[in-house]
Amino acid sequence: MTSTTGPSVLGRLLRNPLGLISSVVLTLIVLFGLASPLSPHNPNRALLELTNAPPLTGEYLLGGDQAGRDILSRLMHATLSTMLACLVVLSVSLLLGVVTGLIAGYYGGWFDAISSTTANAVMAMPGFVLLIALYAVIGPSIMTAMAVFGVLIAPSYYRLVRGLVQTVRSELYVDAARVSGLSDFRIISRHVLRAVRAPIIIQSSFVLSAGIGIQAGLEFLGLGDPSAASWGGMLQDAFNNLYIARINVVWPATLVSVTTLCLVLLGNALRDVLQEGASQVRPLRAKAVSRLRAERERPEGERPEGERPEGEHGPEQRPEPGSGGEARPDTAGAAEPLLSVRDLVIAYPTSPSAVRDVVRGVSLDVHRGEIHGLVGESGSGKSQTAFAVLGILPREAVVLGGRLRFDGADLGSERVLRQVRGRRIGYVPQEPMSNLDPVFTIGQQLVYGLRASTSISRATARSTLLDLLARVGIKDPRRTFDSYPHQVSGGMAQRVLIAGAVAADPDLIIADEPTTALDVTVQAEVLDLIRELREERNLAMVLVTHNFGVVADICDRVSVMKEGRIVETGTTSQLFANPQDEYTIMLLNSTLDDAVERPAWAEVNPT
Amino acid sequence: MVRFFLKQVMSGLLLTVVVTAVTFTLVFSDGSGIARRVLGTNATEEQVTAKVHELGLDQPVVVQYGKWLSGLVRGDLGASYFTGEPVGAMLTTRVPVTLAIVTIALLLTLILSVLLGVTAAVRGGWLDQLLQVVGIVGASIPNFVIAIALIFTFAIAVPLFPATGYVSPDVDPAGWARSLVLPVMAVLIGSIAGSAQQFRGAVIDVLRQDFVRTLRSRGISERAVIFRHVLRNAAAPGMTILSIQTIALLGGVVLIERIFAMPGMGLLANSSALQGDIPAVMGCVLFTIVVVVVVNLLVDLLAGWLNPKARLS
Repeated sequence: MTSTTGPSVLGRLLRNPLGLISSVVLTLIVLFGLASPLSPHNPNRALLELTNAPPLTGEYLLGGDQAGRDILSRLMHATLSTMLACLVVLSVSLLLGVVTGLIAGYYGGWFDAISSTTANAVMAMPGFVLLIALYAVIGPSIMTAMAVFGVLIAPSYYRLVRGLVQTVRSELYVDAARVSGLSDFRIISRHVLRAVRAPIIIQSSFVLSAGIGIQAGLEFLGLGDPSAASWGGMLQDAFNNLYIARINVVWPATLVSVTTLCLVLLGNALRDVLQEGASQVRPLRAKAVSRLRAERERPEGERPEGERPEGEHGPEQRPEPGSGGEARPDTAGAAEPLLSVRDLVIAYPTSPSAVRDVVRGVSLDVHRGEIHGLVGESGSGKSQTAFAVLGILPREAVVLGGRLRFDGADLGSERVLRQVRGRRIGYVPQEPMSNLDPVFTIGQQLVYGLRASTSISRATARSTLLDLLARVGIKDPRRTFDSYPHQVSGGMAQRVLIAGAVAADPDLIIADEPTTALDVTVQAEVLDLIRELREERNLAMVLVTHNFGVVADICDRVSVMKEGRIVETGTTSQLFANPQDEYTIMLLNSTLDDAVERPAWAEVNPT
Repeated sequence: MVRFFLKQVMSGLLLTVVVTAVTFTLVFSDGSGIARRVLGTNATEEQVTAKVHELGLDQPVVVQYGKWLSGLVRGDLGASYFTGEPVGAMLTTRVPVTLAIVTIALLLTLILSVLLGVTAAVRGGWLDQLLQVVGIVGASIPNFVIAIALIFTFAIAVPLFPATGYVSPDVDPAGWARSLVLPVMAVLIGSIAGSAQQFRGAVIDVLRQDFVRTLRSRGISERAVIFRHVLRNAAAPGMTILSIQTIALLGGVVLIERIFAMPGMGLLANSSALQGDIPAVMGCVLFTIVVVVVVNLLVDLLAGWLNPKARLS
């Protein structure tokens, strides 16, 4: 089990610069401690003539302390005693924390309840003060004190292991193992321990760092064994002697700091190595972004895959958006589109210098009063395209190319975006509950949002929004207005969000799967509402969805997206009656299996 | 809100009773050992037995704890085994010193770590990376080592502040402030390092939430999104670290008082533990747990005030 991951983990750790440095330093410190039987002098031998001797005097390499003892030899023995204390802390806390955590996480029940309460109480205890108080019972035995510290720190393992085991336990492969008759012991040792091993190792380096600090602290207070050399004890001696032999403070202080620091660095390096997937890629620096943009603008032959010149977005048979010859809604005509997207490229960083494209040259037009469906499977880039229109892409996203124009203005400029967001382009999100700020009442956040994009008074905003809440079908607008988001249902929350999107009377709505998270009955109501609002306000809309039923229901035009490109675009009836692209045909066929009625509707009601 | 408040107060009282009971049981488990420490190594068996009886250590620990607890309710914490001075009186002179260090350090931790954490999370870039490095170094080096380094730098090499000693604010307010600078700095470095990381993480988590995108889409300025919405949501998860930092701070302050020769609770705990003056030790444990409970309560109330969900459920 270990052999498959062991060497590679160590190799990767040593390739991580901080991992390499901290491992080397810690190894040297361990060797220094292990060599203490070979120390040049007995750590307790006092030579009066070498009292407070500076380094390199006589036989004492690092000089003598206030009692004339060899500082180097004492440091070596102190290091060994610190290592022993580390062993004590680790064995006690691992035994207690990991075992109870495994049991509590795997079996749950009363054991879990009792052990979790105990762990919480222990964590709330002022540990260091408790250790000082316990000196009255324990006396000058630092190992006993560190065993007690092991008990006090055990909850950190307990919580870690319990959480991990609970997650693993619900995995399908563990269920499978149980069904196939493996004993609990086998399951824990084969599957569960494997999952908790890496986090325990990482946690251990932090626990040791804290333990060494605590041990040195206790010894510094004189609560250690006065007859044995210790880092904290040496620090105390040197500190009391500060004005006579200043340099003596440096050695133990450096050893303590370097050791605790290296343990933390090692823990961080281990975390990076063992949990690589968990570390998130940082946003690119401005320099890298402009370099990538410049790269994309090179002549055609040199362009990397995923970039295409303007006007050539997919298979040839696909009609080009904006060109005549295809049926369009009457309102559109040949007028300039309200929203025009050209060759939009959006990428996400995969490393500090490389990116992966998620939107690869998307172009689409939306005219006033038109509902334009953007269809495709998840990950096809449709939501990213929608976010880009509003300039609300996640921070790490990079727009590498393309133009976005809204009613003649360039949406590439932050100034224009600030003017149109909310005021002229509204946004209806996918998941209603997570899109309301939980700490404000619905009224507070709606009023604040409306007043941010308009210049109306608080009272006007309030009455406008109350009317609007009633308009979107909320029975008791006043009560909803004063409710917190967690007090309303998902369907209500989505109506609230729709009200928020249309409050400033925008011309365009970007709706990102507005019905996906809702119950089927509520879906239909919300779609009706969207259709009514479109008619009332002559709204244009980009409607992102993966559901052809929704498309057939309310869209005038559809664009089908696949892997960041639009593969086909046309009127809804055209697309349903005579799909051109293979992917569209495949998507339609898979929809037909579920809902035979939908295409029938489109065929008998051609727009 | 009243029910929420009462619930938090009750759980705080419960924690106080549990922690003091556990500590009491442990430190009073060996009655004759305590008597022997008080009398010194030359005491005879008879003297020890007499002392055990005199101090009431021959009673069951439960009874002793009951007496201590009922005394506590009446404001009586017993008397020192050595000087006979009431523990309550010992505490009243010590508490202001420790409370000054702890309160100032906690307030500064809160303010500075919010500022640093939020700036790092929102701005990112080099500032963020610098904070990460400083955070690791500051949080991993024990604060008494930092304290010694501060004395080296700001009291010996450049004598800006006194290396040791405490000045009462009644005598000399400016001197009081000067005497607190280095001790507070010594505990502050570690606690800010840990807390700023936590606030940074909390802000980054909130920034990734869907509702932040929706708020931006309504035309709310980035500044308002962060100060009005993100900060308030990040406050509760960020502030849990303050409870943890308080516990660390109360431990650290014992060492800091020792280094800077500040006559506070920590110094009392240290000397009483070395002497075996158990009533005084218990007084110090009680003070510590009360501070922890009060800070927890304040953090919970603040979190409840900021987040209606925590308060209502």
